[in-house]
Amino acid sequence: MAVKLPIYLDNNATTPCDPRVVEAMLPYFTEMFGNAASRNHSFGWEAEDAVNLARKQVADLIGATPKEIVWTSGSTESNNLAIKGVADMYASKGKHIISAIHEHKAVLDPFKRLQRSGYDVTWLEPGEDGLITAAQVAGAIRDDTILVSIMWANNELGTINEIPEIGKVCHEKGVIFHTDATQWVGKMPTDVEADNIDLLSASAHKMYGPKGVGFLYVRRRKPRVRLTALLDGGGHERGMRSGTLNVTGIVGMGKAAEICKQEMSDEAIRLSKLRDRLVDGILGQLDMAVLNGHKTKRLPHTANISFPYVEGESLMMAIKEIAVSSGSACTSASLEPSYVLKALGLGDELAHSSIRFGVGRFTTEEEIDYTVEKVVKSVNHLLDMSPLYDMVKEGIDLSTVEWGHH
Amino acid sequence: MAYSNKVIDHYEHPRNVGSLDKNAKNVGTGVVGAPECGDVMKLQIQVNEDTGVIEDAKFKTFGCGSAIASSSLATEWMKGKTVDEALAIKNTDIVQELSLPPVKIHCSVLAEDAIRSAIHDYKEKNGQAEKVEEQAHAH
Repeated sequence: MAVKLPIYLDNNATTPCDPRVVEAMLPYFTEMFGNAASRNHSFGWEAEDAVNLARKQVADLIGATPKEIVWTSGSTESNNLAIKGVADMYASKGKHIISAIHEHKAVLDPFKRLQRSGYDVTWLEPGEDGLITAAQVAGAIRDDTILVSIMWANNELGTINEIPEIGKVCHEKGVIFHTDATQWVGKMPTDVEADNIDLLSASAHKMYGPKGVGFLYVRRRKPRVRLTALLDGGGHERGMRSGTLNVTGIVGMGKAAEICKQEMSDEAIRLSKLRDRLVDGILGQLDMAVLNGHKTKRLPHTANISFPYVEGESLMMAIKEIAVSSGSACTSASLEPSYVLKALGLGDELAHSSIRFGVGRFTTEEEIDYTVEKVVKSVNHLLDMSPLYDMVKEGIDLSTVEWGHH
Repeated sequence: MAYSNKVIDHYEHPRNVGSLDKNAKNVGTGVVGAPECGDVMKLQIQVNEDTGVIEDAKFKTFGCGSAIASSSLATEWMKGKTVDEALAIKNTDIVQELSLPPVKIHCSVLAEDAIRSAIHDYKEKNGQAEKVEEQAHAH
């Protein structure tokens, strides 16, 4: 069967809206366009009702209560609000905060800003498997620690950190625990009570909802978490996030959450089969290819594979009809390797290119088979041309070669 | 990155990929670049010792599409030329032929280096090394 090109395998970057989500959203653009904060007419009431339903749908997805959901524009804003909001609110308790070096930029950069303004940051480093453990967090917590922020699943690798355990450590020591769960929520079961989470960030567009909407879960009891708002204004969202609510987007996020909750268990099985078919197909035919990060503690739909002795840009050129993300170690445009892969200790000297494959709700088996064949063929084509691969086959250790420099 | 049709053609159908016996007296080998810079080119020539004509040229390249195309083109151009004629190939000729954008000019520079390095190796093996040094400095 002919496969329709291009093929989308970048579902960790964003997902298409589920048609059921779009259908739920449509009336809120035209007929039910009210401002959810308008308390004195029916237009406002129906908008508020819609927002409240979505709040419940999202809360149900993560085991929270509706009052603990704060709508935002997406995970970047949620992360900023959580991190800066806690740092400011609890500054009198202490100024030590903890995160990891391979977090998303939307966590790294708020931490770096706080570091510049006088907060003391401990940066945890993952092992070769990409994981941050509860023991590492326990070892870093001090008397003046006020916040720990560790992502649930890594966006480049798909690896899963020890979240319930890290949360437990934080709660035992009275430290607030935030997790950037952008890649996790909607894909994997979440229960903020059992998982010991105080603050959790998520985006609609990673779970088949629209772009531009997300939420921050803020725990209301045991402990009650307080935040300093980033935006001043009308005091929406219990004062934590001023600004007229994006009713249409929120309706879409609610519907997306409802679908994810219903279909998650079946979908995870289907996606992990597709993912394994892809990984086994590629690794089975290319001896030198390496699956990055922990082999089993990973999201069902994500795989990051390195192809040593093959240059990233030329590989992307060869598979241009397949939409993937390149964590290229060495492209001509930028000599910077992926900081996430570097954090795992993958050296530049291996001169590899890495690709993140993310399957999704609408990925088919035919697309996977096409991708495997295309990737294997392209990598073999480039290996045939690679002087590095020749040297390795001759038994030369590339790290001992004296290279000319330009 | 928009590549020219010529770059895509060389990338998809590279000319003269392969290796020659680097220990043979009539074979010159040049390896230039570094893996951490994203480009390594190996270029080899086989020279007719009586006429000084390059009878065969092979390359292997780790690098982007433009680097592969530059080295593929270099082998095409070298074949049939004498060693001294081949030394006259300039990176700017490669840039022009392949319509390389400014960010890819380094690929053509590397290809010129690879040509010089392979010829230098051949001449050194055959006791003509000084001559190539002179010419290299001449421009």
